Amino acid sequence: MKDDSTQIHDANEAVASVAYRLSENIVIYPITPSSPMAELSDEWSSMKRKNLWDAVPQVAQMQSEGGAAGAVHGNLQAGSMATTFTASQGLLLMIPNMYKIAGELTPFCMHVTARSLATHALSIFGDHSDVMACRQTGFAMLASNSVQEAHDLAAIAHSATLKSRIPFLHFFDGFRTSHEVNTYQALSNEVLRQLVDEEDVRAHQRRALTPDAPIIRGTAQNPDVFFQAREAANSYYDALPGIVEDLMESFHKITGRAYKLFDYVGPDDAEELIIIMGSGAETVEQTSAWLNRKGRKTGVLKVRLFRPFSIERFVQAIPPSIRKIAVLDRTKEPGAIGEPLYQDVLSALAEARASGETPETFNPVVVGGRYGLGSKEFDPGMVRAVYDNLKTDKPRNHFTIGIVDDVTHTSLDWDKNFSIQAEDVFSAVFIGLGSDGTVGANKNTIKIIGTETDNYAQAYFVYDSKKSGAMTVSHLRFGPRPIHAPYLVGNAHFVGCHQYSFIDRFDVLDRAANKAVFLLNSPHSVDTIWERLPQEVQQTIIDKQLEFYVIDAYKVSRETGMGSRINTIMQTCFFAISGILPRDEAIEKIKNTIEKTYSRKGRAVVEKNYAAVDGTLANLHKVEIPETATSTRQMLPPVAEAAPDFVQKVTGVMLAGKGDLLPVSAFPIDGTWPVATSQWEKRRIALQVPTWEPDLCIQCAKCVLVCPHAAIRAKAYPESSMVASPEDFLSKEFRSREVKEHLYTIQVAPDDCTGCQLCVNVCPAKDRKSPNRKAINMTDLDPVLEREQKNYDYFLELPELDNSEMRLDVKSSQLKKPLFEYSGACSGCGETPYIKLLTQLVGDRLMIANATGCSSIYGGNLPTTPYTVDANGRGPTWSNSLFEDNAEFGFGLRMAVDYKANTAAGLVTALASELGDDFVQAIVANPQDSQKSIDQQRQQVLALRERLKGIKDPRARMLEPLADYLVRKSVWCIGGDGWAYDIGFGGLDQVLASGQNINILVLDTEVYSNTGGQSSKSTPMGAVAKFAAGGKARGKKDLGLIAMGYGHVYVATVAMGAKDLQTVQALAEAEAYDGPSLVIAYSHCVAHGYDLAQGLDQQKLAVQTGYWPIYRFDPRRAAEGQPGLKLDCKEPDTPLREYMNNEMRFRILQNSNPAQAKILAEEAQKQIHVRYNHYQSLATAKPEQDA
Amino acid sequence: MNVDLKTQYLGLNLPHPLVVGASPLVDSLDRVREIEDAGAAALIMHSLFEEQILMDELAEDSYVHGHEETFAEATSYFPASSTFALNPETYLERIRKIKEIVSMPVIGSLNGRTPSGWTDYASDIESAGADALELNLYFQPALHADHPAKIEEDAIKIVKSVCDRVQIPVAVKLSPYFTSLPHFVKQVAGAGAKGVVLFNRFYQPDIDIEELKTVPQLKLSESSELLLRLRWLAILKDQVSIDLSCSGGVHTPVDVIKAVMSGADSVQLVSCLLKNGAGYLSALRTQLLHWLEEHEYPSLQEMKGSMSYRNTPNPDAIERANYVKILTAAQIQDRFGPVKW
Repeated sequence: MKDDSTQIHDANEAVASVAYRLSENIVIYPITPSSPMAELSDEWSSMKRKNLWDAVPQVAQMQSEGGAAGAVHGNLQAGSMATTFTASQGLLLMIPNMYKIAGELTPFCMHVTARSLATHALSIFGDHSDVMACRQTGFAMLASNSVQEAHDLAAIAHSATLKSRIPFLHFFDGFRTSHEVNTYQALSNEVLRQLVDEEDVRAHQRRALTPDAPIIRGTAQNPDVFFQAREAANSYYDALPGIVEDLMESFHKITGRAYKLFDYVGPDDAEELIIIMGSGAETVEQTSAWLNRKGRKTGVLKVRLFRPFSIERFVQAIPPSIRKIAVLDRTKEPGAIGEPLYQDVLSALAEARASGETPETFNPVVVGGRYGLGSKEFDPGMVRAVYDNLKTDKPRNHFTIGIVDDVTHTSLDWDKNFSIQAEDVFSAVFIGLGSDGTVGANKNTIKIIGTETDNYAQAYFVYDSKKSGAMTVSHLRFGPRPIHAPYLVGNAHFVGCHQYSFIDRFDVLDRAANKAVFLLNSPHSVDTIWERLPQEVQQTIIDKQLEFYVIDAYKVSRETGMGSRINTIMQTCFFAISGILPRDEAIEKIKNTIEKTYSRKGRAVVEKNYAAVDGTLANLHKVEIPETATSTRQMLPPVAEAAPDFVQKVTGVMLAGKGDLLPVSAFPIDGTWPVATSQWEKRRIALQVPTWEPDLCIQCAKCVLVCPHAAIRAKAYPESSMVASPEDFLSKEFRSREVKEHLYTIQVAPDDCTGCQLCVNVCPAKDRKSPNRKAINMTDLDPVLEREQKNYDYFLELPELDNSEMRLDVKSSQLKKPLFEYSGACSGCGETPYIKLLTQLVGDRLMIANATGCSSIYGGNLPTTPYTVDANGRGPTWSNSLFEDNAEFGFGLRMAVDYKANTAAGLVTALASELGDDFVQAIVANPQDSQKSIDQQRQQVLALRERLKGIKDPRARMLEPLADYLVRKSVWCIGGDGWAYDIGFGGLDQVLASGQNINILVLDTEVYSNTGGQSSKSTPMGAVAKFAAGGKARGKKDLGLIAMGYGHVYVATVAMGAKDLQTVQALAEAEAYDGPSLVIAYSHCVAHGYDLAQGLDQQKLAVQTGYWPIYRFDPRRAAEGQPGLKLDCKEPDTPLREYMNNEMRFRILQNSNPAQAKILAEEAQKQIHVRYNHYQSLATAKPEQDA
Repeated sequence: MNVDLKTQYLGLNLPHPLVVGASPLVDSLDRVREIEDAGAAALIMHSLFEEQILMDELAEDSYVHGHEETFAEATSYFPASSTFALNPETYLERIRKIKEIVSMPVIGSLNGRTPSGWTDYASDIESAGADALELNLYFQPALHADHPAKIEEDAIKIVKSVCDRVQIPVAVKLSPYFTSLPHFVKQVAGAGAKGVVLFNRFYQPDIDIEELKTVPQLKLSESSELLLRLRWLAILKDQVSIDLSCSGGVHTPVDVIKAVMSGADSVQLVSCLLKNGAGYLSALRTQLLHWLEEHEYPSLQEMKGSMSYRNTPNPDAIERANYVKILTAAQIQDRFGPVKW
């Protein structure tokens, strides 16, 4: 029953509220999807919120999950009640300490959002492969299946660990539970006090390490005793199930909510049973009940306490009538007899049978299956298929459900249209763009319904893989009873499509039930919209008898000052036509929510939202549906016809949102994917794009350099190549000292531009008569789209200039095709221009080791990836190992390449008599220090291949596959500051120290951008970030100075917006240096909180104020008797505050805690001068002083 | 001789006319203490700009919240609790703190934009403890061709709504650009204001001829700017029964004396203090006192308005005719040498 304790949050918040209150110290590190628990803890601590013992928990961020586990271990040993939150790779890093913590019988509860482990690919989504990798650590493992359960069992786990001394891993499904918003009854402090036995707390404290009563723990033991001592704790494990059971019973008495170690749900005479852990259990329970109402005899056993596994309770929970059992595991263990839960069930049944705990007649058939890996959907249709499998005479074993396995034929078929949705549950689907506020509005909607009506409510949000122009799909349900449906909405009563362009590209009505309401945001009026729909959409509307409404939300948002935020408008439409609440009441509640949500954002935001609500209804219209579909328009194919076969058959299906339908045979077996696929994904997300004014252009190519998406390009080409150009194709004479009689064109890719405006803002060429007009100006897309599409296609066909004779500068570098294009990075991203430039300098021989983070996501997240190839088919080869090991991973690439190059050189030399001495000498002695000499080497390798054909010596055969390694490869480790400054610093330091010819590019955004802006050791003093909610009190680590300390490392700091030529030179010099190089690149980021269109000006300010001094430290200079360090910036001449005042990350603290902000700003200003003076002294020091 | 420097401004009994005008000096409590130690008669806060608050609100909405809920791993980029201070709280807190540490009157200053912004923030400033309120009436008609009468009408409405809302006395800081300043000031008085401040100094951007862009310029005032103030003080003194404050161009004791003689009840100092430090106020006061002593004025009151339009022996010197006379070629030649073209 809903009462005063009813709340509506996601499980992360529901769990954090318990963990925070039951902890003294909290150690954190960001990892998806657990980060919000850590963020909330940090925020609550900075707000001085108290725990159960009336104290404010301390929250500390560490450099990695390994560090967090170590800090937790220390806390526990010193008698503190500590907690942490993690998932996936983070959990793996904690495993060594988990053994220790368990081996020392230490009360501790950690909360894990169960997530896939990276194997053939990374997945941020949910399954049990991480927690299953911990089942041997000695931790108790407790599984929660819903938001309510995660909240409740968190409390039980904290209490049970104190009582039992066995540490707990409490887990719930990543995203599906951690991010599902649902109604739940919250536990008060009073309830928590009843659950936690203070004597257990004191007992834990008494076991603390203290010099006042010294003990020693963590000894080394020898063969004589280790084994026995390891067995000494057995009784504690034996006792644990009883302890948890008792606590669950107490909990039941206090709250009325009952849990068991193994919860059986179903009739006493059930015959078919599914055993399962996690959110899937909810789906099984609901489906089982539905089937039973139709006459089936099915049941579900929900496993809660997985470790220690109590055979006794397990068999007691299973009705003796059960004949067949399917055990479902949300993980995969290749090569094992079966997955872990399946194996445990088999063992348990066998043991119970052997010991007589089960009757002789009880001998069920047991099969195992895998489901839901990487958050694969697990819905009632799939559950039914599993039950149906059990119904057969010989149920299939080791099956999969939820995919089509057409290779090893493990998969069960299922009914995609099966639905168990109750009639009194209302469901809705909203399809929007990330930037239009759809998700935020739906969170509001669900809060209105969940808290202001008698309904229970649930919401789950699906995002696509792009950081700009991303599609979001919100799945909402509500009804008179708690919602237990952890799967996507299938038969929606309401479908809202908030972006008109989706209607041509996606099957937006796929999830609409018959007679559902369909709301479309469209620029076309009620009178014309029908004819503007694709024929397929018209037919669906007719077939499903949909009620169709249309609104021009962008018109309303423009008129009410909401810009592109149409959230409030679409939310108002939903309430107005869904009939959930009386219209006036709904509008009043929306306004109340606006007041609540936005009042802290200020009056202006509240008022414009009110205006949007008021302006909505007059623009909302119902469309009369004709009897036939008459449209001549068809939905657009996801990719162009010219796309390669794989892109057509696999990528295109994924782009259309139908990736779930692809069978196993469609996929590479080892995670290897083709490059050059982003070119086929034409997203067209910009409302305005730049257009070129040749008469003003000075051909500096700055616009091309700074474009984050390689959507504006330059080419110089012979006049003779201009054949059959489009009528409006623009060009002008190419200005160059080295290259004559060429034309020059700057061309935008209209479908790939994100409209960030960096190109326009950086353009220095202004019309003297009207300085507003530059050589590049933003123009509305629609009128120029077709023209620029044609122009861009033509532009791509023009020949590329060989720039090897040109002096290396911004202009010449930008004449090369970028081999990194159209990524999914944020609009205006500060990182990607550096990567793009790198591919223009060395792309055809570039090997990239990419640390997990933003750059690995926009660099390697499917469906399409941005790395591409040149006209010769060469281009960057890219891989991501882990977050923490990227420098080492790159080091390994270097070792492998060097070995091959050395072997090849040795073989060439050995074959000199047959190849020719001069020929061999030319190859092995080529310094390969310029584009020209590299090109020369390529020609020589081609010639070598020809000569090898005629040589019979077996060494020639050995050389053939290695010959290309004679062309120097450029190995770069790329990653963000979270990697370089924190989790990967040890490895990075090792690689720098190694002296190997390896290059490191740090894209420094000064926070963990990819996981949402958590503080790193690069975060500057005075900035507010997640995990530094009270403002970062210490300065940024000077990574460059540390690296310079080695003396043999090339080090540069760059800021493209401040001095682009220096950036080009630094990357080129780093690449050319035969030793380790470190380039730290200032990367503006949405996490800094300002309009990124101004990002380059802010970079300039960063250098002028001394916030980001740019320099190059070149050991080669030192070797020539010069100071190694060369400052590329002037002495700071602008106060730091001018930089800080532009960014919300600093201004938030200036407002929330002005006194602290002032102290930190003054200290930061002081440090700037100290640092500059230090650099200045290094830049003028004699070389012997450099090292 | 014991000269009485006392004056009344906005109903406040001030020991002398030298008050510290709206400036960033109030940002530091240490500076505020120095100002009081230097003997300032009152302190005027810098303006609370509603427009700035609104812009910050919208910026935060756009740059902090605009990126939320777009990507599964990063549904936000800032701590949920961290909102930019989107209300006047910081400003109000500053008034409270200043009131705690000083005994001189503290006058709030407000530049509103929306009707409710003017009245609500005025009320907030009063609640925070301000002894009076200066309304910084600043309009930017450049972008909209509004009828001037409409602009004046709207301004008077604002003054009236604020005066109706608060109990503390209200002054209105004006620009000199009114077709009929006396007429407008009369309406201001009729709306309930107790004083006017002459004049606001506007932000006037400069032009960078190389980069072809406008650049912000911040220049301190100079004594030459005082002449405009003196002229209108002198005219208004006789026509309107309202307190007058001179703001802009007061740098020397003579400037102070001229302002008071023209009719100022208080004289606001900013640029000269920024240049010379808070102690300069004390020096000005002493020199003012000495001048009055030397010239045997028993009180400041005796001098106040003595050079107003009506009192001055040659009132036409204040009017337009004077302009013609000064600009004769002969006069220019006398002052600047022969005209060369």
